[in-house]
Amino acid sequence: MKPFTRLKTTLLPLDRSHVDTDAIIPQQYLKSVKRTGFGKYLFDNWRYLDPGTLDTDPGQRRTDPDFVLNHEAYAGAEVLLVRENFGCGSSREHAVWSLLDYGFRAVIASSFADIFCSNSYKNGLLPITLQAGEVDELFDQVAKDPAYACTLDLEEQVVRDGNDRIFSFEISAFHKHCLLNGYDEIDITLQHEDKIRAYEDRMKQTRPWLFP
Amino acid sequence: MMQNDTLYDKVWRSHSVHERDDGMTLLYIDRHLVHEVTSPQAFEGLRIAGRAPWRTDSILATADHNVPTTDRSQGIEDPISRRQVDTLDDNCRHFSITQFPMLDVRQGIVHVIGPEQGASLPGMTIVCGDSHTSTHGALGALAFGIGTSEVEHVLATQCLLLKKSKNMQIRVEGSLPPGVTSKDIILAVIGQLGTAGATGYTAEYSGAAIRALSVEGRMTMCNMSIEAGARAGMIAVDDTTLEYVAGRPFAPRGALWDQALAYWRTLHSDAGAQFDAVVQLDAGELKPQVTWGTSPEMVTDIDGVVPQDDSLDHRNALHYMGLQPGTPIEAIEVDKVFIGSCTNSRIEDLREAAGLIRDRSVAANVKLAMVVPGSGLVKRQAEEEGLDRIFKSAGFEWREPGCSMCLGMNADQLGPGERCASTSNRNFEGRQGKGGRTHLVSPVMAVGAALHGHFVDVRKWMS
Repeated sequence: MKPFTRLKTTLLPLDRSHVDTDAIIPQQYLKSVKRTGFGKYLFDNWRYLDPGTLDTDPGQRRTDPDFVLNHEAYAGAEVLLVRENFGCGSSREHAVWSLLDYGFRAVIASSFADIFCSNSYKNGLLPITLQAGEVDELFDQVAKDPAYACTLDLEEQVVRDGNDRIFSFEISAFHKHCLLNGYDEIDITLQHEDKIRAYEDRMKQTRPWLFP
Repeated sequence: MMQNDTLYDKVWRSHSVHERDDGMTLLYIDRHLVHEVTSPQAFEGLRIAGRAPWRTDSILATADHNVPTTDRSQGIEDPISRRQVDTLDDNCRHFSITQFPMLDVRQGIVHVIGPEQGASLPGMTIVCGDSHTSTHGALGALAFGIGTSEVEHVLATQCLLLKKSKNMQIRVEGSLPPGVTSKDIILAVIGQLGTAGATGYTAEYSGAAIRALSVEGRMTMCNMSIEAGARAGMIAVDDTTLEYVAGRPFAPRGALWDQALAYWRTLHSDAGAQFDAVVQLDAGELKPQVTWGTSPEMVTDIDGVVPQDDSLDHRNALHYMGLQPGTPIEAIEVDKVFIGSCTNSRIEDLREAAGLIRDRSVAANVKLAMVVPGSGLVKRQAEEEGLDRIFKSAGFEWREPGCSMCLGMNADQLGPGERCASTSNRNFEGRQGKGGRTHLVSPVMAVGAALHGHFVDVRKWMS
């Protein structure tokens, strides 16, 4: 996993609440057996006017000029700005893979769904939760000036703009540690291999029906 | 000592392998259910790292999302779907994992076959790369959906690194009126809580109305916990649970059964248990529920109207759904009807649905009404009871088991603008097909809509 330390970037505003993972990446793309290549299908039903499949060339499809991902002014933004309960619904990790593959490194929202958040940490996508009023403020700034940029500093747990407006955010010590270092959780867990074996030995005695 | 624990506290603590100083717990996983959509990348990761599954006997796999619900004897026509199902077959063979393949009578939706086989048991921790894993909490298990990286983590270590959730009690007292079902309770709960209302919580459903439900009805409740934001929903073990589990193929027998039973009887919240949040409903006041928008919280009573609200989310939803505020729910006509999904495709759902038909036929304006049993065994049972003949003679299509039109990864989809009465769990934009419009209802309400061509109040036929 690519470590996340500090990032200076513009923001892409998607003014919606309760964006579900079906909207982030629709069902037909879940048929892929790979982790890569999903960026071109990100927000597919909103981004394109005609339907697509894994077989169709997105370059040949008609894009919806009203959808913010198709606005040239926000091209290159590495942070997605949304409202509450982002990533609700299906557990599909393809949602995180598609955001990363498109070029996003972080999402700022007033709240996130649990499974989406957990999937983000495991792939190096930083979910930043700010107060609803702070999210409003960022939407206002970005609407006034699409070139409005912020620095995301994970070590200090702050988002800082060019005018020294600072928004601080919370993150668990464990996930911060993993993101900063790009650690693989499986390696961390396997450091406790002896404890897992000891737990299994205890359970084979006390709950043998779980070990047929 | 432990007389103030919730059910969740008990199951969590009994699976804690190690508690880290930073608040994370290494939690042991007893049962890992696997399907074709969220597992290929996890198996690939395992192979790349040169790892093997920690405990193959904890895993049960089946293909459910991509499988056709029409004739299967020729295999899967769509080459991309076929590749994904073949990949699961290859991985199960390679790692010696038990799988019910497409033509096995035990194949079905992963959340139907786990309990049906007794592979999901009280007190277990159960995971699957699928958010509706919360279903299995109906048996007094701690069951929750995970992402593909976590699927790989469980395959490699039999554990997950997690932070414990808060406890929420959802207490439903009273008794359900005729025509009102467990689906209506959970839709009403989601309407009250909102789709993020239980985020960060494990929900325990309790109260007289929950105790009166069958295990199938309880599964419908727990299934949709995630639609209120809760990763897991649970229900205490009682005689109903134990009668359901007894004799199933993977369930313990003999002395092991007696030993398990003694433990399972402790799986309930203690009298002095503390919950971080409590929600209460009176089942006796509930009416059949119908969603009108693009989020499960956008729900109202069958005798209600599409509400008025000027928020952006609300306007987006009504625009997508092609509805006007003030429209009576009963005036909404449907093009298709889908009875199925991990929410409502069990034998009890099909019995209730068939019971409402009584020699009537699907309305002329309904282009397709389909029944998709949750598993091959549910299908067989329904056929033995003659339910298939009731459905077919009324004009319903009787299909093979799978996830089907709940999310349209196979050929079963809505076209743009098509409106569907669906017993599934999500009415998100595009969920059943790009431009498709989904209204979530109970199985009897879906049958009512199929027979009349629009939503109707089924209480008029069931009182």
